Amino acid sequence: MSYGNLETLYRQVIMDHYKNPRNKGLKDGDDFYKIHLKNPTCGDDITIQVKIDNGMITDVYQDGTGCSISMSAASVMSETIKGKTVEEAFKILDNYLNMVKGEKFDAELEMGDAIVYQGVAQFPARFKCATIAWKALAQVMDEHNGNCTCDHEE
Amino acid sequence: MIKISDINKIREDFYLLKNSDLTYLDNAASSLKPQQVIDALNYYNEKLGVNVHRGVYKLSYEATDLYEKARQKVADFIHCKFKEVVFTRGASSALNLVASSYGMKYINEGDEIITSELEHHSSMLPWQHVAKVKKAKLIYVPLDAEHRITIENFKKVLTHKTKVVALTHASNVMGYITPIKEIIKLAHEVGAVVSVDGAQSVPHMKVDVKELDCDFISFSGHKMCGPTGIGVLYGKYKLLQSMDPVEFGGDMIDYVYLQDVTFKDAPYKFETGTPIIAGAIGIGAAIDYLNEIGFDFIESQESKLRIYALTQLKNIEGLQLFNPNTDTGIISFNIEGVHPHDVASAFDQENVAIRAGHHCAQPLMNCLKQVATVRASFYFYNTEKDIDNLVEAIKKAKEFFDLFK
Repeated sequence: MSYGNLETLYRQVIMDHYKNPRNKGLKDGDDFYKIHLKNPTCGDDITIQVKIDNGMITDVYQDGTGCSISMSAASVMSETIKGKTVEEAFKILDNYLNMVKGEKFDAELEMGDAIVYQGVAQFPARFKCATIAWKALAQVMDEHNGNCTCDHEE
Repeated sequence: MIKISDINKIREDFYLLKNSDLTYLDNAASSLKPQQVIDALNYYNEKLGVNVHRGVYKLSYEATDLYEKARQKVADFIHCKFKEVVFTRGASSALNLVASSYGMKYINEGDEIITSELEHHSSMLPWQHVAKVKKAKLIYVPLDAEHRITIENFKKVLTHKTKVVALTHASNVMGYITPIKEIIKLAHEVGAVVSVDGAQSVPHMKVDVKELDCDFISFSGHKMCGPTGIGVLYGKYKLLQSMDPVEFGGDMIDYVYLQDVTFKDAPYKFETGTPIIAGAIGIGAAIDYLNEIGFDFIESQESKLRIYALTQLKNIEGLQLFNPNTDTGIISFNIEGVHPHDVASAFDQENVAIRAGHHCAQPLMNCLKQVATVRASFYFYNTEKDIDNLVEAIKKAKEFFDLFK
């Protein structure tokens, strides 16, 4: 049976992260940056915790509720940026946002499983799902860099 | 009198139904607009396009005439007086007007306002605000096991302190019809006024405000074949007259002094500034259209579709049906293990338009213990084929997401 475009969005990797999320569950401790984002129109609710040592992202945790795209993206994001510097993470983030928007992006840039979200470009209604965790990351890194926008609600 | 066999002729009036393979089942959010309504809007925008009321020239006179004739059409449609029809931006705006005008003036500390967890946010939030500001109590009718408002439970919360009852006539998620006539009678016995959210009832059934004896009812144009941006607040004239305007400015005044002002009578004191002229003409044309179709047809078509849909949906394994006893063309469900937004994307691939989300009813989602549901909602132009397409889309979505189990 043909599922049309659906297969370009719901890739095996995405559904695997949805069913078996990585770095799921929040940790105690105040050495984490922590951001809680919600999309009140659809109910996505996500919290991410990031530890940054000397400009290096050393630990990431995520938790929340939402659709397969938003939840898997949080899992993928946590894996992709762990061990990266803030500067590298910003590069991946910008590239990812361009990719899911359907704009020009650098296909050579190493971004792990995040590359499978290319299909989102054909589902503009799901753009917010694919980006909510990444937007939380952007806020964490802004806060770390001292540029807190304090716009914690998506 | 329209016959069932005329359904194809009806569908010709709607561009998308005639020219695409769209299965449109999101009517509780907004209905499609027939050509007749679009023509009426175009006539005003193209041939008139001028302001109403104060213009002395011919074009302005005709625009005024059409605007006020639309008010009469609404009055005839719901069986009230011409001057009891206030045009608003929509049902939300109308519901808010009752709370911010009547509520703010007449609710005092310790008074009780009854609403329910079945409400659309636009029905309960304006009263939550009034209750907070006025230190009144917001009381929720306990819903029964299938999340209905019942007379029995309403009696449990009605007291001599009840000043306002704000309830939905038809639930936008569960499709239940509230026994509103009996509730109004009981509320009046303790001297409370009743504001009815008619957004999901007025488009689908004959609503006679005199027969219901409701004090206020609010509804939107765009859910009944009219344009967006127009709605109606009906209020008993005595009540409307006793209320203060909430917006001040053009067109609503009688005489302006430097330190004081007198207002026009209702409904005009609530229609500040240039009114929603095109919208009113549009809702007037929508009413003409619905009258031509007739509520006999609308109700029988929707009831036929409801029975047909429920029979099939009940037999789909892994489908959680939240309102198997719905009274209207609104059906809420989830596919087990699949988030409603993923379902909606899958349906979209089949060109089946439904709604996934909390439907502006978060308290009800908590009652149902769901973050969101999928909602399919019918109107008179839907057919059994649309239901078949829905069922096929459900089966296909299930099959697709099962691949990842």
